[in-house]
Amino acid sequence: MTQFETEIEELREEVKKMWKLVRSQLTKTLDALVNFDKDLAREILVKEKRVNGYELKIDLDCENIFAIYQPVAIDLRFLLAVLKINSNIERIGDIAEGIAKYIIDTDTVFSEELSKETRVLEMFHESIVMFDDTFTSFDNEDTAIARAVFKKDEFLDKINRSANENVESYIKKNPEDINQALYALSIIRKLERIGDQSKNIAEEIIFYLEAKVLKHSKKN
Amino acid sequence: MERTIIKSENFNAYFGNNHVVKNVNIEIERNKVIAVMGPSGCGKTTYLRCINRLHELIEGARCDGKMLLNGQDVYSMHPIFTRLKIGMVFQRPNPFPNLSIYDNVIAGYVLNGIKMSKSDKNDIVEKSLTSAALWKEVKDSLHKKGTFLSGGQQQRLCIARAIAMEPEVLLLDEPTSALDPISTSSIEELLKELKNNFTLIIVTHNMQQAARVSDKTAFFYMGELVEYDDTKKMFTNPDDIRTQNYITGRFS
Repeated sequence: MTQFETEIEELREEVKKMWKLVRSQLTKTLDALVNFDKDLAREILVKEKRVNGYELKIDLDCENIFAIYQPVAIDLRFLLAVLKINSNIERIGDIAEGIAKYIIDTDTVFSEELSKETRVLEMFHESIVMFDDTFTSFDNEDTAIARAVFKKDEFLDKINRSANENVESYIKKNPEDINQALYALSIIRKLERIGDQSKNIAEEIIFYLEAKVLKHSKKN
Repeated sequence: MERTIIKSENFNAYFGNNHVVKNVNIEIERNKVIAVMGPSGCGKTTYLRCINRLHELIEGARCDGKMLLNGQDVYSMHPIFTRLKIGMVFQRPNPFPNLSIYDNVIAGYVLNGIKMSKSDKNDIVEKSLTSAALWKEVKDSLHKKGTFLSGGQQQRLCIARAIAMEPEVLLLDEPTSALDPISTSSIEELLKELKNNFTLIIVTHNMQQAARVSDKTAFFYMGELVEYDDTKKMFTNPDDIRTQNYITGRFS
């Protein structure tokens, strides 16, 4: 293996580690939300610094590889894709942190009825599945899995579109729970963004492997 | 005027029994810079030397197929006429060591027995050196020997000498491989200017140079033309896996 190939492989491993860390942040956030676990939420805030550290390290590694090796063709596409994937993963990390902060700040757990009516937990599970799919697609270099992510994003969008109505209906029935309902709405908006970020990542994987630009295309 | 200036049809070149250029078909457009790249021994320099019939000067070398310049087979032309129309610049700067800068530029006319007035000669020297981006640097020392110039200046003098004959095509065989990065950069800038008046075909081992200077790139491997496409396409998304392996340094 040449030095260049070694550096590309090390970068790939670094990105995968960041992916796994953010995946762990997401699942912990879900656990903290379901169990109203403030300690776990605080742990998420601490680990967010590691996510940021990965982002800076990956950016710097890409910059160095560009400067030293002037990559072309699939290597160039890989690095361009990694830069954008890195940024999207970091934002998903930020979303996990945002939800964790809410858990720390609030005093009452979501009621079962609120979770059910807004479908917030269902949405959370699905957004983690989407994020997992992007990882599998990257790891296996499988664009079919990346394309399946687009379909799953439609599911999240659908829940997001019905969120206003669901929350309004819940508030009418439970006016004392208005704060919880608004928090649920805010979390739904954040989860919808995880769907968008995962879709962006899937687009970058397809760009890297197939040299096709799907960004801003209506097909996906 | 036809857009295609050079066209090869089923073109083959040999050294004795060694088949070094295999059935090449390519159409090269006028006023473009074409980079020819490939690993050592792939036939790229041999192909270049076939275009202006230098290949046949080597003992045991031969070729077949068609090599057309503006639709006319160069192998049915007088070789001297071919080389007037298709100039060449070599890897190492090779100004005539005993001639002045001035005489180097007009050497092609003198060697071909073309007589000119002093003012015509002066015009050709100034125009050629200006086109080669060398006039400002040497206009006060035209009668010094060409070998007094730096490597980069000598190579630009060789380009001036080649374009003084007003060829239609200029072949460049790794013209910057013996030069430092600053001289290389000035030659690369010059190539961009020259394509307004000439078609340039450059053999280079430097892939970044091919990417920087050329409009189209041809990739040769084991005597075959594997891929010929727009340079931007070749360096971002080549069609052939062999091209991709070569440009990404994964060639075994």
